[in-house]
Amino acid sequence: MNHIIDNLELIIFLILMSVGYTFGRYNEKRHFKSILEREQTLRTLLMFSERRPPPQNGPVDCALVAGSCVVAFDYFKNFVAGLRNLFGGRLSGYELLLERARREAILRMKQEAADLGATMIINVKIETSSISGEKKKAIGAVEVMAYGTALTPRTS
Amino acid sequence: MVTGSTVRAKHAGKDILAGFKNIFGGELKAYTELMQEAREEATQRMIAQAEAIGATAVINVRFATSSITTGAAELFVYGTAVILKEVNVGA
Repeated sequence: MNHIIDNLELIIFLILMSVGYTFGRYNEKRHFKSILEREQTLRTLLMFSERRPPPQNGPVDCALVAGSCVVAFDYFKNFVAGLRNLFGGRLSGYELLLERARREAILRMKQEAADLGATMIINVKIETSSISGEKKKAIGAVEVMAYGTALTPRTS
Repeated sequence: MVTGSTVRAKHAGKDILAGFKNIFGGELKAYTELMQEAREEATQRMIAQAEAIGATAVINVRFATSSITTGAAELFVYGTAVILKEVNVGA
């Protein structure tokens, strides 16, 4: 019994690690699957970082569209990234997480534009910020926001 | 130039839930919602300011976000207010 209490911290740590690993992996897989599906359906909606619409474009209506997504690091990724910080190198776990957030934010923006009947989004900007604060026990999360100008062809 | 900004925070319960989410990973729906609300409010404020000076459109709009403390975020939006005028092209 004493043995278990002595190792309680280690046991909790291992539980958190495995929970983080399994749920993190599962969430990531499911999310990527849904991202791929929705990207397929919104493929016809063009997106440019160009500031002006193509010159041959006819009269259009403009609207500001935006999409955002906040994602959190899981326990396992946090720990692995902490280790990786000692040796340096790519933090592939974080890279994947940011890619997820970015693609999700873009999809949400595209969805908003598609609801307006737009055919094109120009001047797209993507912004990333962390919402973790300075405290050590703070929540490790990043916010990604994508915004741009949706162009809807004028029918009249 | 016109600006609009808002600082927002979720209640502590949501913050605790977000802390749990940090073990599992994944999207923080509450915070996404929070940012969306903040974005709408900031945009509304900017539009109100543009209307007050008689502008009919705001162009080159940009967003900026920054975290102040845990659970609170500032959203700042700015753009150029213009008055649109009818122009006869080619006349």
